[in-house]
Amino acid sequence: MPLLKNGAEIENVWLFLDQDREEELKPDQAVTLPLARFLEQAESLAGRNAPVGVRLVPEDDPSHLEPFLEWIQLVEVSFPKYTDGRGYSQAQLLRRRHGYRGELRAVGHVLRDQIFYMNRSGFDAYETARADLPSVLQALNEFRDAYQPAADGRVPVFRARHGT
Amino acid sequence: MYRYDEFDARIVKDRVEQFRGQVNRRLSGELLEDEFKPLRLQNGVYLQLHAYMLRVAIPYGQLNGAKLRRLAEVSTKYDRGYGHFTTRQNIQYNWVGLKGIPDALNDLAEVEMHAIQTSGNCIRNVTSDHFAGAAADEVMDPRPWCEIIRQWSTFHPEFAFLPRKFKFAVTAAAADRAAIAVHDIGLRIVKRGEAVGFEVYVGGGQGRTPLLAVLVNDFVPEAELLDYLEAIMRVYNRHGRRDNKYKARIKILVQELGPEEFTRQVEAEYAAQHPHEKIDLPQAEIDRIHAYFAPPAFDAEDGTAAFEAAKAAEPDFAQWAEVNLHPHKQAGHASVTVSLKPIGGAAGDATDRQMEIVAGLAERYAYDDIRVSHAQNLVLPHVPVKHLYAVWQALDAAGLATPNESLITDLIVCPGLDYCNLANARSIPVGQAVQKVFADPKYQREIGRLHINISGCINACGHHHVGHIGILGVDRKGEEFYQISLGGRADEKAAIGAIAGPALKGEDVPGAVKRIVDTYMSLRTSPDELFIDTLERVGADPFKEALYAAA
Repeated sequence: MPLLKNGAEIENVWLFLDQDREEELKPDQAVTLPLARFLEQAESLAGRNAPVGVRLVPEDDPSHLEPFLEWIQLVEVSFPKYTDGRGYSQAQLLRRRHGYRGELRAVGHVLRDQIFYMNRSGFDAYETARADLPSVLQALNEFRDAYQPAADGRVPVFRARHGT
Repeated sequence: MYRYDEFDARIVKDRVEQFRGQVNRRLSGELLEDEFKPLRLQNGVYLQLHAYMLRVAIPYGQLNGAKLRRLAEVSTKYDRGYGHFTTRQNIQYNWVGLKGIPDALNDLAEVEMHAIQTSGNCIRNVTSDHFAGAAADEVMDPRPWCEIIRQWSTFHPEFAFLPRKFKFAVTAAAADRAAIAVHDIGLRIVKRGEAVGFEVYVGGGQGRTPLLAVLVNDFVPEAELLDYLEAIMRVYNRHGRRDNKYKARIKILVQELGPEEFTRQVEAEYAAQHPHEKIDLPQAEIDRIHAYFAPPAFDAEDGTAAFEAAKAAEPDFAQWAEVNLHPHKQAGHASVTVSLKPIGGAAGDATDRQMEIVAGLAERYAYDDIRVSHAQNLVLPHVPVKHLYAVWQALDAAGLATPNESLITDLIVCPGLDYCNLANARSIPVGQAVQKVFADPKYQREIGRLHINISGCINACGHHHVGHIGILGVDRKGEEFYQISLGGRADEKAAIGAIAGPALKGEDVPGAVKRIVDTYMSLRTSPDELFIDTLERVGADPFKEALYAAA
């Protein structure tokens, strides 16, 4: 599935580790884990030589990740249905409340017409079967202005108007 | 009224082009209907029984002549020459073609209008008091804060895919003409000394689980309003139910958590906001937006003598003036209700020609200000008394001077099964049949203020739960039946009506309503005791008895 980040299509080197795949894991394999498993194993994972990340489902509370955000390198936020908007709040919380600076990737039912909102909410990578790179780049530029402050750091209109 | 600056204009223009692209991708098959649906919905495009429907936003119900004239042109050019004004103070076109919608939106953008977020699971058009800026009983004009909320909620990236639709209403008056108790968030502007703040009510709504909103905070200072709203929205977005669309509104979350726990979660989220998360709206921006709503330079001439003379000479005018005028805070002025409820018409419908006439009257006589009321009428909020006779003559000639504001024939009626693919029963013909029983204007005035609201299904677009008399269409094995409820009200004493008993056949509804009214007339202590007050005093039993007496 295409993975788009920073205006380019990149290779996905990450493996999502669900319960039964641990045996075959190579030591240098970058992995994401479900939140509950990650929290259980956080101590041992911190010592791993390969990159570690977490995959959130919509019910997850991202505040549980706060102690680990300095060293985890990827948070995947999953959208089981694109109409489920909880991932936008998770993203805003991770970026603005908890100060996460690593990669924030939208996975699952990720469509071209959601990517503008995702980008504003703090996502910087999109795994999507339903949009190619040119259309995603187009989607990111459909609006030149934004009324609200959000995780993307854009100057909102109410400040731009007053030059502050 | 608010005017777009370069930023607002660019956002709406970008939206038109974005939607044009989405329509093209749908027409080419690149977008599946399933994927297109939420996109078109966030732009007010529904697929109805017979055609696509376009709902255009009228923020807090405010128009001017140019906007209303453009709405008329759009109805001529892209539809069948009329539009339907809704209980959310918007307008709907029922017969538009999908291909034409991007061009229609472009035409609307030229007069600073759009269809953004008029449907879909997002923050909808903010509604308000249709007499805002004119009413004698308001602490301030609520429209500036409606506009601030409009901008904040437009394309809010976090709240575009909520569990369900989300409706705000704002009032600043003692008499609640915005029905804040039956909104997802209802705001009442209050003052403590000179400090402006908001009473914040959350979790009201109609539909299949009608509930009144609960007070979550009794004074949010104006500078903190948007941050507080963000906290509420985030709690809802994260925790509102998504497993069942009938339990997805915020009212269910408030009920399931309990008002105390819900409030605690909102306060906790609000308290957790870091300084850099605060919206921190600059005072210069608050002032900039308020400046657009400065009152017009009111005409100082006292036209009372001419007004009184005209009333004496023309009984029809006098009758209309008695019913369709509302007191204005400025001496020598009145607010005029332009009735879209002629006897036997479809509530809220206006033809292109009628819209043009009202636009012209506003420009010529009424400081170019027009409102849409949530009761589906138009309002000229500021009319010098000396012009009232001329305004009435023009309205009367256009079929817009039915003297029935807030009377028994001023029904709120949803489109029902004649248009809507959610409806179980027709609403419009039932409303028309009820109107005919009470067509005599004198009789209506004798009855006094009485709100009848009709919905064609449990979604309650016709606000039947808060009608003094509510009528709900239901389907019984393919046959249309109507359930009557009594005692609802949408004002500052908001209440949900109670179902009176078994549903009736459509043809029996007008007679049943007549018997309820006869009972009221025989029980009231004086003509000043309104139907709803008599009902409150004596209880529903005599009305129920009458309702089923001869049926």
